Amino acid sequence: MDNHYQKIFADGLWYNNPGLVQLLGLCPLLAVSGTVVNALGLGMATTLVLIGSNVTVSLIRNLVRPELRIPVFVLVIASFVTAVELSMKAYFYNLYLILGIFIPLIVTNCAIIARAESFASKNNVIRSFTDGLAMGLGFTVVLVILGSVREVLGHGTLFANFELMFGAGAKILKITFVEHYRGFLLAVLAPGAFIGLGLIIAVKNKIDKRMELKKQTVSTKTDAEPVAESG
Amino acid sequence: MQLKTPTSPHIHADTSVTAVMSRVLLALVPAIIGYVYFFGWGLPIQIAIAITAGLGFEAAMLRLRQRPIKPFLQDGSVIVTAVLLAFCIPPLCPWWIIVIGMFFAVVVAKQLYGGLGYNPFNPAMVGYVVLLISFPKEMTSWVPPEILNNLEVRFTDTLAIVFLGDFPYKLSLDALTMATPLDTVKTELSLSKTVGEIKSGNAIFGDFGGIGWEWIGNWLFLGGVWLIYKKVISWHIPLAMLGSLFAIAMIFYLKDASNYASPMFHIFSGAAMLGAFFIATDPVSACTTPMGKVVFGAGVGVLTYIIRVWGGYPDGVAFAVLLMNMAAPTIDYYTRPRVYGHPRG
Repeated sequence: MDNHYQKIFADGLWYNNPGLVQLLGLCPLLAVSGTVVNALGLGMATTLVLIGSNVTVSLIRNLVRPELRIPVFVLVIASFVTAVELSMKAYFYNLYLILGIFIPLIVTNCAIIARAESFASKNNVIRSFTDGLAMGLGFTVVLVILGSVREVLGHGTLFANFELMFGAGAKILKITFVEHYRGFLLAVLAPGAFIGLGLIIAVKNKIDKRMELKKQTVSTKTDAEPVAESG
Repeated sequence: MQLKTPTSPHIHADTSVTAVMSRVLLALVPAIIGYVYFFGWGLPIQIAIAITAGLGFEAAMLRLRQRPIKPFLQDGSVIVTAVLLAFCIPPLCPWWIIVIGMFFAVVVAKQLYGGLGYNPFNPAMVGYVVLLISFPKEMTSWVPPEILNNLEVRFTDTLAIVFLGDFPYKLSLDALTMATPLDTVKTELSLSKTVGEIKSGNAIFGDFGGIGWEWIGNWLFLGGVWLIYKKVISWHIPLAMLGSLFAIAMIFYLKDASNYASPMFHIFSGAAMLGAFFIATDPVSACTTPMGKVVFGAGVGVLTYIIRVWGGYPDGVAFAVLLMNMAAPTIDYYTRPRVYGHPRG
């Protein structure tokens, strides 16, 4: 792998993360991150759609007239979403019932059309595939982090209902932190999602600032003044 | 270079944040005493927990934000927030309830937005609403005064209830609590009883509001009037809020007295008095122009009535204040007084 693919991965997972930096696809991100299993399910479905649509768009990028590209992209995304929805219905029926409307709504996730428009329509197939995978993983990671925070605070458990995705054996994965937890409704409801996402973004920005600072102090070591960090 | 102030004599305005906050606290003292008289030792204990937790959260956040800790802790704003929040929650709540409330009030609603003077929402009300939404059972467990009087719950008993969940006489919280007057009116009206039937059928009602509650309302009113006299708050918001609440309640009361509670009941129930004088008048999150204050207060009053009568919660002061907090910048924008020498608008 040359440098280029590393950059694509770094972009998707950190520097241009769809959930934390582009702030795209917030509706499913906030609505479905109540538990880890929901978050993981939707994240993986979105990743599959992203990879599929990125590869297809990249394949047809020289055939589509620029005036028609948006409807074509939407059709491509919609067909992949339909395929993912039908397969979830077939193999993960209970999870499909929980995620409900948010599976078909992946088609309106603007992170996907944004990648098709800004990346896949300008790059070759392998790079587009890598970009879809990286962006999807970045989105999934944010979903899972938010989902675990909300599940621990809201239900007092972690990895509950994993049997929906990985079969009955995954039941043992469930960790209960507090027996007979009374529940913290705010974390379960929408405000908890907004506050949680805000805090995660704040942590990310803080880490970015730290890294920037380190870079600066390394490159300007000869300067006498150390750069003071602002809170 | 030292700047020379041009002319004398100067009138010294004694309006430091600390002075304002201590006057607000002083104005709350009669109501606190009344509260203890009717509802027992729960409130002082909750206040103590709230102040301790609040100061701790404030100090931790100031440290994280690399701001000076001591002057901000001494300004008294956390203490006012703590006392107001303690006033809003049931006095026999377990201790962790108010700690979570103070966390959201101080850390999320105040410090994350930039500390004192930068918070768009009233911190105590944010804390209260978070608690009300998250812990509906604990937050509606009010113990009416006459039950407390019969049981003689002592100070140590209250401590045991709040910190350990141990009830004296082998009772449980469910056995002690009753619906508040506002709650009772709301539930029984939905069972198609008339207001008269409800009032005569329940022992918790006094002359205007509930027994005990109406007296605390009186003391809050006195404290508030003293604050206006001392020019800590202006008359606009309390008058507009209570006036609009009274007016809209009067309209519906005159239209149909059996299905709508009287205006006096609305003014002396729930958090109306506390809200009018101590919460909606928060100088940071309320409007600042005189006309804007009137609009703000009227909005709080009308929204309170709407939420109480047609909303999902028995009391609506907290939601009304937060909603109007959101509208405050816009109201201020459209009610700016004309600057001398400039055209209107």
